[in-house]
Amino acid sequence: MNRPIEKPGALDLPGIAAGRLAPESCALNFTDAHPPLNPLQALLEAERCYYCYNAPCIEACPTGIDIPHFIQRIAQDNVLGAAETILDANVLGGMCARVCPTENLCEGSCVRQTNESKPVEIGLLQRFATDAYFAAPSKPIFTRAAPSGRRIAVVGAGPAGLSAAHRLAALGHDVVVFEAHSKPGGLNEYGLARYKTPDGFAQREIEWLLSIGGIEIQCGKQLGRDITLSGLVEQYDAVFLGMGLAGVNSLGIAEQQLVGLQAAVDFIAELRQAKDLSAVPVGRRVVVIGGGMTAVDAAVQAKKLGAREVTMVYRRGAEAMSASAYEQQWAQINGVTIRHWAAPREILGSDGFVTGAVFAVTRDENGKLVETGETFTLEADMVLKAIGQSFVAEPLDLSLALEKGRIATDPSGQTSHQKIWAGGDCRAGGLDLTVEAVEHGKQAAIAIDAALRA
Amino acid sequence: MADLSSNFLGIKSPNPFWLASAPPTDKEYNVVRAFEAGWGGVVWKTLGEDPHVVNVSGPRYATLMGPDRRVQGLNNIELITDRSLAINLEEIARVKRNWPDRAVVVSLMVPCQEESWKRILPMVEDTGADGIELNFGCPHGMSERGMGAAVGQVPEYIEMVTRWCKQYSKMPVIVKLTPNITDIRFPARAAKAGGADAVSLINTINSIMGVDLDTMIMSPSTGGKGSHGGYCGPAVKPIALNMVAEIARDPQTAGLPISGIGGISTWRDAAEYIALGCGTVQVCTAAMVYGFRIVEDMISGLSNFMDQKGYASIADFQGSAVPTVSDWRYLNLKHIDKAVINQDLCIQCGRCHVACEDTSHQAITAFKDGQRHYEVKEEECVGCNLCVSICPVPSCITMKSLKPGEVDTRTGETVTGEYQNWTTHPNNPMREVTA
Ligand SMILES: Cc1cc2nc3c(=O)[nH]c(=O)nc-3n(C[C@H](O)[C@H](O)[C@H](O)COP(=O)(O)OP(=O)(O)OC[C@H]3O[C@@H](n4cnc5c(N)ncnc54)[C@H](O)[C@@H]3O)c2cc1C
Ligand SMILES: Cc1cc2nc3c(=O)[nH]c(=O)nc-3n(C[C@H](O)[C@H](O)[C@H](O)COP(=O)(O)O)c2cc1C
Ligand code: SF4
Ligand code: SF4
Ligand code: SF4
Repeated sequence: MNRPIEKPGALDLPGIAAGRLAPESCALNFTDAHPPLNPLQALLEAERCYYCYNAPCIEACPTGIDIPHFIQRIAQDNVLGAAETILDANVLGGMCARVCPTENLCEGSCVRQTNESKPVEIGLLQRFATDAYFAAPSKPIFTRAAPSGRRIAVVGAGPAGLSAAHRLAALGHDVVVFEAHSKPGGLNEYGLARYKTPDGFAQREIEWLLSIGGIEIQCGKQLGRDITLSGLVEQYDAVFLGMGLAGVNSLGIAEQQLVGLQAAVDFIAELRQAKDLSAVPVGRRVVVIGGGMTAVDAAVQAKKLGAREVTMVYRRGAEAMSASAYEQQWAQINGVTIRHWAAPREILGSDGFVTGAVFAVTRDENGKLVETGETFTLEADMVLKAIGQSFVAEPLDLSLALEKGRIATDPSGQTSHQKIWAGGDCRAGGLDLTVEAVEHGKQAAIAIDAALRA
Repeated sequence: MADLSSNFLGIKSPNPFWLASAPPTDKEYNVVRAFEAGWGGVVWKTLGEDPHVVNVSGPRYATLMGPDRRVQGLNNIELITDRSLAINLEEIARVKRNWPDRAVVVSLMVPCQEESWKRILPMVEDTGADGIELNFGCPHGMSERGMGAAVGQVPEYIEMVTRWCKQYSKMPVIVKLTPNITDIRFPARAAKAGGADAVSLINTINSIMGVDLDTMIMSPSTGGKGSHGGYCGPAVKPIALNMVAEIARDPQTAGLPISGIGGISTWRDAAEYIALGCGTVQVCTAAMVYGFRIVEDMISGLSNFMDQKGYASIADFQGSAVPTVSDWRYLNLKHIDKAVINQDLCIQCGRCHVACEDTSHQAITAFKDGQRHYEVKEEECVGCNLCVSICPVPSCITMKSLKPGEVDTRTGETVTGEYQNWTTHPNNPMREVTA
């Protein structure tokens, strides 16, 4: 492939500008971060699996996919059987195969780590099986149980809501999903890094998920604005809340209204929705504050859009970052500079535009984070905040018990209200991962079904 | 450096690696390339009477493959040489003349009539070839015409034809045996009775590779029909080793020189055949998969192995393992082995547990204090070696033998160090009662 012609000087344009890279360059940068396995590679990789008994990888998968079984089925040239195993446990197994931090989950506990530091590539194999199935779905995997006559409302069409809706539909219930956005998918559609989910996979997956029937999605319906929780409780037999986290944590310092000071999730959402990536504006020098997955994704995607310098600043050391070591490396090989032990002190601006940020150097003193007194300034024309999101309870007109600001539930997902379940990021005490949201939705559906049939 | 040279029936070769009679030895071109690569000898592709046979022009081969497409077994339906006798003889003479230090043995298969053998033997002798190998093994095609395995399956025919060969030629006679028979000792004894100087084995095993499940046609097939072929390659080695050992330890054939064939791909395979009594080894599949250069690795490995073990020549370890091959009834029933898992090496895959739990003696734990943990329960272990055989980590599970004085916690019996086998065991109704 010929090197695309870049606009001369576009990389060096000061401020925030679109088109720093030619459209072809952008497109190239945002192709699959981890290309799929071809059939030969998949077969070989599948053969590496020891078919462990009571396999630790299954235990490490929040949705409990029977990994040795699905891998064995790939090895036996039975991708339909493999897809059945995967999707039955995790209806968004296709997306999870792309976005799960497998190094911390299944692959992290694969027994082949021990001697070889090279686990079976479970994620890529899962993708192989699900891709192959979606490409040629030889027969439907799910059928619905006999109609129960029950109707259940789901709020939020993110992974938690979709998973709950699907399982409920499978169990014979009718489901209506209310989604504030104009498209379903939640962070699958608006949040996950574009290079993990290229080619419109999120919507294709949802289309397949809905093919089970019995699920009606109403987009543009926001709880607290268009509908009320008390209303849902009245009209439906049960309610599942999968609203995610609508709030963005603030830096805890003065945040003036400046062009270029933005929440990382908003930057990513714009990028995910852009038809032409080269039309997405990005700073010449970008500073991302935070140390999680969102920070890494924002930083790397800024770099891939053509930002000249991207710096992630995190207030503690590498081991404390919630982004895994693998993700930190991913940021670094993509040209992102990571600075540890520094906390934001002041956002600098002039004429309404961001010009930089001042950071206080920190250190750990007996477990407490303290500032050393030293400071440094990073020049920037874009500062992205990625220090976490928070649950916004305002839309709830019924009071539900909260725990650390999120909805408190029992292990099945049932809230303090008997008819209301919750799951995904809005539920207290979770991992904030797509795969866990799917599991929450599935478990809540099973619990709702049991409650309704009791 | 170890001396790899071999003297088999007076046929000298710089190493014991010969190419078996098969496509690798089909013609001068191949054989010269093989000698250039370092092969010690060849058994020329089986000659027959004119007019020469014709092969199918469809698939002759099919393989059984391991995960990484490593060939484990090869199936073929090729016949004997499909070139005229004259051309073969001319090439054999030339090759032998140009490569005097290499073994050139000629494989033969003609109808079971004295005349046929009487006619071909002097022609072969005239080439200067070192010896002949009688192909009584080809299991497909030729056997339908009363030759190959059809002869090898009838000891009387083997003896008869061998005798003709000894009678009408001065060349050493090697009889190549078919494994498609219930007891290999009978054909070997017949060969010896007929005056054979040696036997070679095994030829290929009757086989069908599979079925194409889309067309429902057996494979490989030629125009919609197939016939069974002959199976060889690594998968057949254990079968061949047993047959070699049976002949080596049969009092009636003990000492009869053996050329070992079947699945030899590495120096280790070759060394095992030699340890079970073979004087040379023959290779076909490995050459067909990797080309002639594989012999260099076999020579290097065998030579380094012999140096490490202090074997100066092949004879130093030839047959060393034969006395260890016995009959089941003589195995020591008082000997007790127990499996031991090295916890530092165990990666906790759980395979040993489920294998023992589902199919052996429920002697391996799955948990200890709520944690995955695999440990042998000695009081249940019968020492069957299944866990050792399926553990993915080398040397992680080993067998330890209980010493005299130790108690077998499974039976409660103390190990005495005595030897007792089935022939005298109290549970044996036919036991030999000693005084
Ligand atoms: C930038 C970023 C990158 C990430 N990368 C990964 C990753 O690589 N791997 C991974 O496993 N996890 C990742 N995560 C986390 C993962 O996306 C979430 O854990 C997961 O999406 C949670 O699912 P959910 O269904 O609970 O919430 P969401 O996906 O947030 O979905 C909630 C849905 O509810 C809707 N909603 C909210 N309020 C209302 C309302 N009042 N009325 C109606 N609808 C409403 C929203 O519009 C949304 O569609 C990432 C998160 C972010 C922000
Ligand atoms: C394609 C093919 C053709 C063969 N042709 C002959 C033959 O003509 N004469 C013969 O004695 N054996 C023949 N054999 C058997 C081999 O000589 C040898 O005995 C057998 O392949 C086992 O050895 P291996 O496992 O090293 O291949 C043939 C084998 C193959 C694969
Ligand atoms: S732990 Fe690894 S080897 Fe074992 S079943 Fe899971 S993927 Fe396979
Ligand atoms: S098979 Fe081997 S590695 Fe696996 S649990 Fe047993 S001893 Fe450990
Ligand atoms: S040797 Fe056999 S009986 Fe003993 S632990 Fe291993 S598999 Fe079980």
